[in-house]
Amino acid sequence: MEKRPLNDSMTLMRVEAPFIARKAQAGQFIILRVSEHGERIPLTIADYDREAGWIMIIFQKVGKTTLMLDLLNEGDAILDVVGPLGKASELEGVSRAAVIGGGAGCAIAYPQAKALHGQGARVDMIAGFRNKDIIILEEEMRAASDRLYLMTDDGSNGHKGFVTDALRACIEEGAQYDLVVAIGPLPMMKAVCELTRPYGIRTVISMNSLMIDGTGMCGCCRVTVGGKMKFACIDGPDFDGHQVDFDEAMKRSRIYAEAENKEREEEQAHICHLTGEVRSHA
Amino acid sequence: MPNMSMKKVPMPSQDPAARIRNFDEVAEGYTLEMAVEEAGRCIGCKNQPCVQGCPVGVRIPEFIACVQKGDIPAAYEIIKSTNALPAVCGRVCPQENQCEKKCTRGIKGEPVAIGRLERFVADYMRETEGEQPEKKPAPIPKNGHKAAVIGAGPAGLTCAGELARKGYDVTVFEAFHTAGGVLMYGIPEFRLPKDVVRHEIKALEDMGVKIMTDMVMGKVLSVDELFEMGYESVFIGSGAGLPNFMGIPGENLVGVFSANEFLTRVNLMKAYRNDYDTPMMGLKRVAVVGGGNVTMDAARCARRFGAEVYIVYRRTEAEMPARLEEIHHAKEEGVEIIPLAQVTEIHGDEAGRVTGITCQRMQLGEPDASGRRRPVPVEGDTLSLDVDAVIMAIGNSPNRLLSDTTEGLATNAKGCIQADEETMETSRPGVFAGGDAVTGAATVILAMGAGKKAAAAMDAYMQKK
Repeated sequence: MEKRPLNDSMTLMRVEAPFIARKAQAGQFIILRVSEHGERIPLTIADYDREAGWIMIIFQKVGKTTLMLDLLNEGDAILDVVGPLGKASELEGVSRAAVIGGGAGCAIAYPQAKALHGQGARVDMIAGFRNKDIIILEEEMRAASDRLYLMTDDGSNGHKGFVTDALRACIEEGAQYDLVVAIGPLPMMKAVCELTRPYGIRTVISMNSLMIDGTGMCGCCRVTVGGKMKFACIDGPDFDGHQVDFDEAMKRSRIYAEAENKEREEEQAHICHLTGEVRSHA
Repeated sequence: MPNMSMKKVPMPSQDPAARIRNFDEVAEGYTLEMAVEEAGRCIGCKNQPCVQGCPVGVRIPEFIACVQKGDIPAAYEIIKSTNALPAVCGRVCPQENQCEKKCTRGIKGEPVAIGRLERFVADYMRETEGEQPEKKPAPIPKNGHKAAVIGAGPAGLTCAGELARKGYDVTVFEAFHTAGGVLMYGIPEFRLPKDVVRHEIKALEDMGVKIMTDMVMGKVLSVDELFEMGYESVFIGSGAGLPNFMGIPGENLVGVFSANEFLTRVNLMKAYRNDYDTPMMGLKRVAVVGGGNVTMDAARCARRFGAEVYIVYRRTEAEMPARLEEIHHAKEEGVEIIPLAQVTEIHGDEAGRVTGITCQRMQLGEPDASGRRRPVPVEGDTLSLDVDAVIMAIGNSPNRLLSDTTEGLATNAKGCIQADEETMETSRPGVFAGGDAVTGAATVILAMGAGKKAAAAMDAYMQKK
């Protein structure tokens, strides 16, 4: 329905999916497939409209599937969209929250901020990017929060530092959070959890594990939480960050990274060939 | 005069050395001549013990009599009248424990190769489709009632086919992008070609069964919403669900797969083909844990990726629940079975990749509740094996997606949906269930039998309403 590049590597799409839109809640995801021979990949539902029957997805072009998805235009159809999957975020009763997004993770953090803000909670949104050129969803995040802290690793937007620096400052200034939501790269989520642990602030993270079916059948997305094996697709994707074994999750996330990097290099050389293939399927 | 040979006509099959390099079907199937010869071994017993051994009651002596005469279309019609998926059953049923176990010829010598004949009939009809006189199936009069089926696996497809035959407007909801369930994602191409499955599913669609893929029921629609949408009865055949792990150290290392994941990557997502995008890590030495058909399937797939493969099983080969033919094929292909060994730990390197396993040696003790002798540890006797991947094929636990979202749907202590053994009715009026969702991991044919019973009960329920 709508396609909008957010920066060089990220794209926003609004997709007609009336059944999914009717049930979607913040924190849930879909799995999609763009070609008959393609992979199934999970993507968070960034926003939805029950009446109009659409869901929004935001993706980073990192592998063949997302590159091919990015070749679709308004009016094209995605081959398969399954959802809504996973448990909805537990946001009830929260009155003061910090929502933290790291890079592409902002696309997943944003709907949580919006849901919290919508239920009347006071929301501090902290978003971190490598530099100012890749900042996404600034207006949306501003609208979904009481205060927005935009941080860049290189300081190119005038606020140099990590999301943890901003969060630490907020806590030290006396913000009494009942909930911190942290979504982004695993090392960032781990760092946020280490920061909040001594303060005893409930901290929820969202796992972006490898998945196939998304219904609990394959067990590919398993993660250790509090010493127990959990499946991100049905027990999550949100988990208590203080209980998650991040080191193990980081190792698991790299299972196919090497193959994917190699593939990306090869694919980019042949991207025109792909265009034809995608269009003919859509 | 019946063919009095004590042995079945042998099944032509691909040479083991060649087949471990491809995913083509291993058992190549009878020719017409072979089928007629084998059919000649059936003596047409009056009391038909074989039929009692079949969960869906295929009229075995009748169809075999047609094969004897070379009238394959007639044989096909007889099979199809009680079995919606004959090409599938002929390949994957454990006939040695069912029809063939009861065969009179099996008392002295080998039983009639009922499974191979069933497969032959279905394959012959599929392969000669264009040559057969165009049969116009009489359109089934619609009875104006709507039924929903959750899960397009063996149980759901059978149930849908039976209901469609009775004139119901049936819709099947499937979570994956492809219908077929375990027939597509689980059982490998070399044992059950996917074209065969697609053909049987298409036959159901031609009968008027509607299949909606990408629908995760319990999430996108609840059972209550199905009733609101006008479906008068619902069948749940959602399958076995969540893969079991052992709860031992190292199970989250990179290189440890559930059999579900491994087989789905290979079979549904076609990781063995270069023209698919599905990634598969390099496999050199693989341990597959378990002793069932899924274990054999995973082991034989791994073998086809060029790996050395070990099956680690805590009992002995004699207690393995897998079909005899699968064990035999696996061994022919060079899979090594390590019996009486229980994995106790999976070891990994610094990057979190699997490097090996440690097993506890076992011995057989007293029989347990299943009647099989229980494995007990031999104190102090362990075994180490260097492997780079471990595939856990030790069964599944129920998925709660439906039971958690459907009020009044009772489950048992294990979490399986409770259903009446005869009618498959659940605690919720109008909702029926069958297959692995009810029994835990079992066989294709038992699931089909349940789907069939449920369809009869659903018919009675909707007609009474």
